[in-house]
Amino acid sequence: MVDLIAKTPMDGFVPLTLGNVTLSEMAAGPVTSISPFNDTGKDLSAALKTAHGMTVPAANRSTAKASARAIWFGREQFILMGCEADQGLANYAALTDQSDGWTVVTLKGAGAADVLARVTPLDLRSHVFKKGHTARSDLMHMASSITRTGDDTFMIMVFRSMAGTLLHDLQRAMEGLASRG
Amino acid sequence: MRVAGKGQIDQSTPISFSFDGIQYRGFAGDTVASALLANDIRLMARSFKYHRPRGVLTAGSEEPNALMTVGRDGATDPNVRATVQEIYEGLELRSQNAWPSLEYDVMAVNDLASPFLGAGFYYKTFMWPRAFWERVYEPIIRRAAGLGALSGKKQSDKYERAYAHCDVLVIGAGPTGLMAALRAANSGADVILADEDSVMGGRLNSESFEVDGQAGADWAAGIVAQLREMNNVRLMTRTTVAGVYDQGTFGALERVNHHTSVRDGKAPLETFWRIVAKQSILAAGAIERPIAFQNNDRPGIMTAGAVRSYLNRWGVAPGKAITVFANNDDAHRTAMDMQAAGVHVAAVIDSRSNVQALGDYTLIKGAHVCGTTGRKGLETITVRSSAGTQSISTDCLAMSGGWNPTVHLTCHMNGRPMWREDIASFVPKEGTIPNMTVAGACNGDFSTHACLGAGLEAAAKAVTALGKTPVEIDMPQAEDTAYKMEPLWAVPGKGRAWVDFQNDVSVKDVKQAAFENFRSVEHMKRYTTQGMATDQGKNSNVTALALLADATGRGIPETGTTTFRPPYSPIAMAAFGAGAEGKGFAPERKTTSHVATIEDGAPMMEAGLWYRPSYFPIKGEKTWRQSCDREVGYVRNAVGVCDVSTLGKIDIQGPDAAELLDFVYTNMFSSLKVGRVRYGLMLREDGYVMDDGTTARLSETHFVMTTTTAAAGAVMRYLEFVTQVLRPELDVRLMSVTEQWAQFAVAGPQSRELLNGLLDQTLDNETWPFMACGDVSISGVQGRLFRISFSGEHAYEIAVPARYGDSLFRTLTAKATEMGGGPYGVEALNVLRIEKGFITHAEIHGRVTAFDIGMGRMISAKKDCIGKTMAARDGMLDEDRERLMGFKPVGAVKQLTAGAHLYNEGDEATAEFDKGYLTSVAFSPTLGHFMALGFVRGGPERLGDRLRMVDHMRQIETIVEVCDPVVFDPKGERTRG
Amino acid sequence: MRLPCPICGERDIREFYYQGADVALNRPAPDAGDDAWQDYVYLRDNQPGEHRDLWQHESGCGSWIVVSRNTVTHEVSGAKLAKEIKRTKA
Repeated sequence: MVDLIAKTPMDGFVPLTLGNVTLSEMAAGPVTSISPFNDTGKDLSAALKTAHGMTVPAANRSTAKASARAIWFGREQFILMGCEADQGLANYAALTDQSDGWTVVTLKGAGAADVLARVTPLDLRSHVFKKGHTARSDLMHMASSITRTGDDTFMIMVFRSMAGTLLHDLQRAMEGLASRG
Repeated sequence: MRVAGKGQIDQSTPISFSFDGIQYRGFAGDTVASALLANDIRLMARSFKYHRPRGVLTAGSEEPNALMTVGRDGATDPNVRATVQEIYEGLELRSQNAWPSLEYDVMAVNDLASPFLGAGFYYKTFMWPRAFWERVYEPIIRRAAGLGALSGKKQSDKYERAYAHCDVLVIGAGPTGLMAALRAANSGADVILADEDSVMGGRLNSESFEVDGQAGADWAAGIVAQLREMNNVRLMTRTTVAGVYDQGTFGALERVNHHTSVRDGKAPLETFWRIVAKQSILAAGAIERPIAFQNNDRPGIMTAGAVRSYLNRWGVAPGKAITVFANNDDAHRTAMDMQAAGVHVAAVIDSRSNVQALGDYTLIKGAHVCGTTGRKGLETITVRSSAGTQSISTDCLAMSGGWNPTVHLTCHMNGRPMWREDIASFVPKEGTIPNMTVAGACNGDFSTHACLGAGLEAAAKAVTALGKTPVEIDMPQAEDTAYKMEPLWAVPGKGRAWVDFQNDVSVKDVKQAAFENFRSVEHMKRYTTQGMATDQGKNSNVTALALLADATGRGIPETGTTTFRPPYSPIAMAAFGAGAEGKGFAPERKTTSHVATIEDGAPMMEAGLWYRPSYFPIKGEKTWRQSCDREVGYVRNAVGVCDVSTLGKIDIQGPDAAELLDFVYTNMFSSLKVGRVRYGLMLREDGYVMDDGTTARLSETHFVMTTTTAAAGAVMRYLEFVTQVLRPELDVRLMSVTEQWAQFAVAGPQSRELLNGLLDQTLDNETWPFMACGDVSISGVQGRLFRISFSGEHAYEIAVPARYGDSLFRTLTAKATEMGGGPYGVEALNVLRIEKGFITHAEIHGRVTAFDIGMGRMISAKKDCIGKTMAARDGMLDEDRERLMGFKPVGAVKQLTAGAHLYNEGDEATAEFDKGYLTSVAFSPTLGHFMALGFVRGGPERLGDRLRMVDHMRQIETIVEVCDPVVFDPKGERTRG
Repeated sequence: MRLPCPICGERDIREFYYQGADVALNRPAPDAGDDAWQDYVYLRDNQPGEHRDLWQHESGCGSWIVVSRNTVTHEVSGAKLAKEIKRTKA
């Protein structure tokens, strides 16, 4: 018998602070993608409310309950993060385990939006992209999911295999911003 | 020379810098141009073609003459404008385009040969003999002509990219831009105010005007301070908005650290901004135009506005005896300001007869400057009037032919400006850029009062368009002098009168172009090269047009304009590509086994964005082939382990999942049993093969599709296309799970034995036959197992959640090694599949059909599928098509090469006789010779034939025999065992 | 250049993948004949002016959309979900 040892996508990464911004890897817990089948939206919403106390997020929005979040993730799709998805939801939607597929980091600090402005074309101005807003967009050359989880905090997701490039791109942007003092 | 008590810069902070190795001192806030002029240095550069001595012409980014090189090696920045570069402690500048030195430049001999080097010189001279162009003419021209040179070393400065978004982008922070920004911001709009200068205020910093009773510069600083306090305003200094693009997108270059010595690789030298604005206000000002007269390019001759800038902003008098030559009232202020500062004004020469002196200086009316002397700096000017000719001693001539509105950005989306007779210049046509308002001097309004008012109006327009109400802002008091000017483009006379200083184009050249019938403005431009230098003719275009109009007897509006294109001022390629060099070029995708693989010393190869091991060398092996052959042996004789996580995996769920697969694959998937895997072939709609792979059925409504590594993204996009565009009625959902699973091939006769020592259950041939799939667990970790084979051996692929990938890979390779096997890389994987005739994208390269690869029968007759109709066209099923076969060497040379072409024995090895080509080649350690897959006309009909293989590029030729693509275990007994 | 995604709003061009004319929405029946298939797979009008193109908001929400734009003025006049267009036709 062997015991398989789990590693996170950024295995061994120590939070990095440059200037007033800190980059950390985030333990997202279970991540399940949920894609409602044709004409099951209402039933799914009810089931999600019953099972997890959250409503299905509208496009480019997220909803939360305690430490769990439902984050819109694209056309006809959202992810449930931070709790195991109730299997009853599978009656209304395609559920896919995504817990290991993504590098999840948080970028926190007064300059977090300015760091992101160096890697994504998204409009992240605070009155446009408010707390709880989310978007799928490019992060440099990577497809990403970006969510504002606090006034100066963003959660960023890219493919697991791209963890090194995410760190490279964000660190470069953080250095550039920090150099301006 | 510095003038006591003048200027706005901090004269208490001295800064030393060097130019051509000589140390100079300036003050914080100086540009190189102002500091050198303060040190009485007038000669700063040599011209492009004739190597004529040149000094500064202007005080801004339009500078055509004073170009220098900053930095060394990888940090070399050529063609830096001395009027833009700010000095900092330790700044080193070098002159360029001069040898051996700026003072004594041997190439100045070109100037003497100028009668032969005029317009059209290149076209006429270097036409023949043809062979001379590349070997003789071009190297000579390249050495003789030109501006600064690149270092040829790897770029070492950091460049950065960034995005910004706003409601209103205000371009230019002169009186117009400041008022526009203030009103827009106070009305609640998100404002970005960008200016290319280090200090906002525009001409207010260069003039002696007052605004609201304050010095203009102080008033501007006050407004900037107000704006800085507002959190809906972003002020961007040293930022040139250089290009206008579709849907309100602007390109802007910020010179972040050109004014400092910080080069730590972290702070960017420049940031290239992409700014998205709902509304924009162009307040780019105007550029003063020179007058063309004989020898108007000597160091010391500059525009009248520039002379005022040097005095009023930097406290520098560019000469001891100033003269002014103008066709307008505005330039007279240069004389007034100079006198007020105690600098001697020798004379003001005005081409107009009906004009009054505005102060106590010598005014020569109705006169022209028709010549100058002074080899390396101006000494005298010759003035011609009705009274005759006189010579005046002067070391600085301030000239002004009037002002040209800076219309450039309004032309970036194909708009052409229109001629305004009263100012004898072009102004923008309304609406050439959607949602842009043009205001102030760039719109032809030249007084401070008019500019302030235009700024307020432009803001009101922009704010209203945003659905907000513009607030009222008090209009400041400012001068409202009428712009009085009578056009004067060139002073008649012999000799060379310069129009385009940067490309050395004279009045004569423009006339010559017209004379030789290059009458269209676009032809004149290319024939003379006027306007084609890095300043894009900022100082010369309107004058050149006027001269061409005159020479062709047409009006200026009829003559038209050339097109201004982005960028407004030069931008380093490094800035455009910022962030995309080195590791920023493309994401690196690394598998979970990457660390362990590197620890094993395996060289990595790129497969798309992924990194995969080529082979795993062990001690004593000297070549990759030794490692590869050994690894092939692992799989054929024991057990090998290979990371196959890079293959695309797509989760397909829903009541109509099987129907979707039937539609996108040529073969049937609705008939596939749960717990089984099937190989599938996908066509493009034009009937050619797109991709292949296996798909497993996990439940009635749940499949996992595997794609090739290369096509994973394209297939996912295509499936989205099919489900959204072609068959939106299908109730099916797609999700990429490539990244969720770490998947490893465990291949070889002992693969089952290895897994049985690892899994929580036991595998046997009854419950886990070839092409079975299902859930398994390893010490409680849930995984998936597929009994599939890309090697022709008894093999499995085992998948676990990616977090366990590293651990499982180490476990599998350790166990395999104990059993006489071990890890294998892509090289061995390739050999194994070639021995079995399995195809990859080397074979399905976009020009082959299912028929060509022997899979024509995989197109099911029972259903429609993508590509089916077009695959049945005439010619797509022709027996004589190039079809997939195997090849082995039978000639003296035993080597085969991929890419080599095939010919019948006895035929010439030319395209005419081409019979096919090899796509994949490997040395088969199993068979002991080279093997190849490839395409040959007639395919199976040529079985057993001998063909000539010729690799023209590598100069390899041999004879090959056509064989079945599957040479190893053709019945597939090993796979099922 | 920016395109209006019906789901995400106006977004930078780099988030989108370009496919081609919206002809692709009208896949002919298998027996529609050579001309129909030739038109569908290969032939495109390429007149200056109004165009309707298929794009995918690939690194955004993943939607395939039909964008109306003018190739002369570069004006983008709107975008619709391809799926919705297909549904209303059906």
